[in-house]
Amino acid sequence: MARITLSNLKHSYLDAPSGPDDYALKEIDVTWRDGGAYALLGPSGCGKSTLLNIISGLLAPSEGRVLFDEADVTGLPPDKRNIAQVFQFPVIYDTMTVRQNLAFPLKNRGVDEATIAARVGEIAEMLDVTEMLDTRAAGLSPDNKQKISMGRGLVRDDVNAVMFDEPLTVIDPHLKWVLRSKLKELHQRVKATMIYVTHDQTEALTFADEVVVMQDGEVVQIGTPVELFERPQHTFVGHFIGSPGMNVLPCEARGDHAVFEGHDVALEGAVTGDGGLVALGVRPEHVAVTDNGIPATVTKVSDVGRHFVVEARVGASSLKAVLEETPPEQGSAVHLAFAPEKTRVYRDGWIATQRSKEAQK
Amino acid sequence: MAASSSLGADDRIFVDMIELFDVTKVTGHITHIKPTSLRLLPGEFNVLLGATGAGKTSLIKLMAGLDPMAGGRIEMDGQDVTRLSTQKRNISLVHQFFVNYPHMSVFENIASPLRVAGMAGSEVQGRVEEAADLLQLRPMLNRKPQELSGGQQQRTALARAIAKESRAVFLDEPLANLDYKLREELREQLPELFAGRGAVVVYATSEPEEALLLGGKTALMEDGRVTQFGPTSEIYRNPENLSAARVFSDPPINVMGLTKQGGKVVLDSGAEWALSGAAKDLADGAYSVAVRPHRVLPYRNGDSDVELEGRVIVTELSGSESSAHFQLGDVAWVSLAAGVHAYEVGESHAFYLDPVHCRYFAPDGRRVA
Repeated sequence: MARITLSNLKHSYLDAPSGPDDYALKEIDVTWRDGGAYALLGPSGCGKSTLLNIISGLLAPSEGRVLFDEADVTGLPPDKRNIAQVFQFPVIYDTMTVRQNLAFPLKNRGVDEATIAARVGEIAEMLDVTEMLDTRAAGLSPDNKQKISMGRGLVRDDVNAVMFDEPLTVIDPHLKWVLRSKLKELHQRVKATMIYVTHDQTEALTFADEVVVMQDGEVVQIGTPVELFERPQHTFVGHFIGSPGMNVLPCEARGDHAVFEGHDVALEGAVTGDGGLVALGVRPEHVAVTDNGIPATVTKVSDVGRHFVVEARVGASSLKAVLEETPPEQGSAVHLAFAPEKTRVYRDGWIATQRSKEAQK
Repeated sequence: MAASSSLGADDRIFVDMIELFDVTKVTGHITHIKPTSLRLLPGEFNVLLGATGAGKTSLIKLMAGLDPMAGGRIEMDGQDVTRLSTQKRNISLVHQFFVNYPHMSVFENIASPLRVAGMAGSEVQGRVEEAADLLQLRPMLNRKPQELSGGQQQRTALARAIAKESRAVFLDEPLANLDYKLREELREQLPELFAGRGAVVVYATSEPEEALLLGGKTALMEDGRVTQFGPTSEIYRNPENLSAARVFSDPPINVMGLTKQGGKVVLDSGAEWALSGAAKDLADGAYSVAVRPHRVLPYRNGDSDVELEGRVIVTELSGSESSAHFQLGDVAWVSLAAGVHAYEVGESHAFYLDPVHCRYFAPDGRRVA
């Protein structure tokens, strides 16, 4: 396994790119430590597949370098990079048994029989597929096929990294959950460098130690799931992560507080910079219904099982609150309060409040 | 909605309901749909929730007249439509995969069923524009479907269903192939789009969370049958049987066997608690208990909490929630708590459960308390 460094990577599919808009990948600088679990998260067209192809060697970047530990692999073809990949659709040989499928990547590299048998046994046990080792792959259910596909990706312990490209897309939700935790468990046991590409926030956040959020070819934030949730650096991250996403509301910034629909709102700290388009960002989880606060009218209440999502109107703005307890009724007049330490101002999308010294501890 | 008021209510066809009487579907030796009866009303979403292979698409195809029934009867508006072809049933169908005519513009794609019906050009124009406005497709009307994003292509298919003003609209996992966030946005709009249009809307999904977000009514499906049908949040809170509880749960509901002795229960794992309410009156014997993951917390939440001790197998942190899978007796249970909680994998951890959130089931799966 290896540490992976992406250094000043840029890519354009055009021969002569003239401006930033011509780049599918604008500029990426990131280091992934050996044995870490990482996710690339973003909507279709954000550049995550381009990045994946550059790491695996299917695509040569227009600029920048890819390093595995200290070695520059930017010019190496895919087969020289020693990477295992798991794709959206299971890649297995239907005519072979599960055992033969799992052994295939090892056999291909001339690993001795005893080591193969031991390693296949180990991976099969981790994946709970020991009982189906002698079953022909053709007869397996889609989720079991994908499990075996994952097993093939994980069976070699000499790869630099294992990359997963939307591996759970074709899996039923209740099995998705099982496979996701299985993968997490496998990572906790095999400690391989794993890179997981997805547009699904739940998959990214539950799998990865660190998530790279991308939009329009740019990295907007790199952070742990908690950092991305607790303090989004950009309104895009706030919106994209969390269900429902962060409320992004029009406001005016006034030094240490904001004015939203005529009401003063306390912030996590002082506002930085000036000019640009200013917005207030607060997650629905940090909006409470209180006795006094900003007057609002409840426009919709959704019971989503483990909590309620309440939609309310304040002046010309609409916002959401997540409530654990019995919610107010639709149409009722309520008061809302935002948790000050979780309320921020964003300027042209980027965070523009500074946490006070005590809060940073 | 200003756009929809341009057409008078009289222009719309109102449907009383769709009613299924013991419909079945069999091909060769395989029974896809066991005798199923269901009454679907307009005005709110009717969600079909079940895993792949549960029979959701099969049931939709029967209602749409796309597949022959082996037995039973379907009525729309009190009229027997069992033998009517799809064309004569006045229905719309939107699939998981984006189905549009590649050679036609977005406008003509939305207009196609109206053209087929021989509608006058000016009326077609009005209907298409109204639907395009609702789905924010107005700027794209002259483009070809392949020039659109996946979300816009699926919105085109939805606009066609809306413009047609069918009496029944079947949406078969329409958002499954869209990006997560896009799915969230469209899902929120869908009930509003169809509200007040008088059509019976049936929405098939394999995601429990989607059913909850859509609201309305939910029919749980398993193994070719509807196992429970009613208001969505009621079905979620009051499953009639263990199967319904499992189908309507993500992450999976925690289940364990137990023995009731007098006023208390003893779980197979050894934990025990005193019974209250209806559960107290159960006959002594073996039962199962089911409790949702968000009711099993890593901290004590109240005086009536029972402590469960288990070895942590896997943990997941989603930013807003933390989950832990832990070994309890012979089975794995899941705890799902808001906020960030630290667990040591492989170590024993205490979890807490208020028995008031427990549901009890007889050995045959029937809910008893």
